[in-house]
Amino acid sequence: MIAFWVLSVVLIASAVWTITAQKPVYSVVGLLANFAALAILYLTLSAEFLAVIQLIVYSGAILVLFVFVIALLSSGVAPFAAGPNRMPKAALPAVALVCVALGFVVFAVTRGEVAIPPPPAGSTSALGPVGTADVFGSVGDFGKALFTTYLLPFEVTALILMVAVVGVVLLSGTAPAKAPTRRRAAGVRRELREAVVRDGEDRR
Amino acid sequence: MIENALPVAIGNYVGLSAVLFFIGLTGVLIRRNPLVMLMSIELMFNAANLLFLAFARAWVHNAGHIFAFLVITVAAAEAAIGLAIVVAVFRDAPFVDVDEVRLLKG
Repeated sequence: MIAFWVLSVVLIASAVWTITAQKPVYSVVGLLANFAALAILYLTLSAEFLAVIQLIVYSGAILVLFVFVIALLSSGVAPFAAGPNRMPKAALPAVALVCVALGFVVFAVTRGEVAIPPPPAGSTSALGPVGTADVFGSVGDFGKALFTTYLLPFEVTALILMVAVVGVVLLSGTAPAKAPTRRRAAGVRRELREAVVRDGEDRR
Repeated sequence: MIENALPVAIGNYVGLSAVLFFIGLTGVLIRRNPLVMLMSIELMFNAANLLFLAFARAWVHNAGHIFAFLVITVAAAEAAIGLAIVVAVFRDAPFVDVDEVRLLKG
């Protein structure tokens, strides 16, 4: 119980840090803390396999991907320095709206006891201490369900992953243009400016 | 054998999940950096996952675990494609800012 409240504070603080940090690398660090706290929270819910998956997939794969992209986009120039971290003009009403919606949800949740609906049929797992074999949330229990009852969603997931791989290769596999667009655009702009200046001198 | 009860009442998990989801939503709304927006989307995925696992534990039914697993898989695919789009679009842009993208504007 104490774990839940401590982890809630960590989760909310790291989430707020993630969306407010000025540099995207700091956001990644906030997200890392968020994912780690969430993995511990999963352990308290006896979801040991999902806790490990959370750490491996999110912290190990997705966050590293984010860091790679930040490094890739920061090479040479400083694209995060000036422009991109401002807030749009629509931010204030949007945040107000979100706060109202959040207040409504929290009010509705804390107002009365949230009744847990009756469990669906087919509940076969047994609760047990975290770490023992074949109890609720263990690898054996999870795998048995994944490869028998939920085999079709599992296969569809394979299809989704393949589409993702093909999409990423299509999006980023093409060779970059010979001259970087930015340099070409700067050249065009300079030519235009010179043409305008020449035009003005001709008129005079 | 541990008793068939959650560490705290289920309403607390719903509330925490809602707060995390709205923080993620706020991040998508107020930030114009596509990387931070993608991270906020991950926050929302995680809020949904937390709810799945809390109810799976309340019911001692592992369907919630399967769903959370599928959500994590889809989130990984989404992050890979989203980041590939970000790299493709902003490779030569002066600023990494979604308002700079006007390719589809007539």
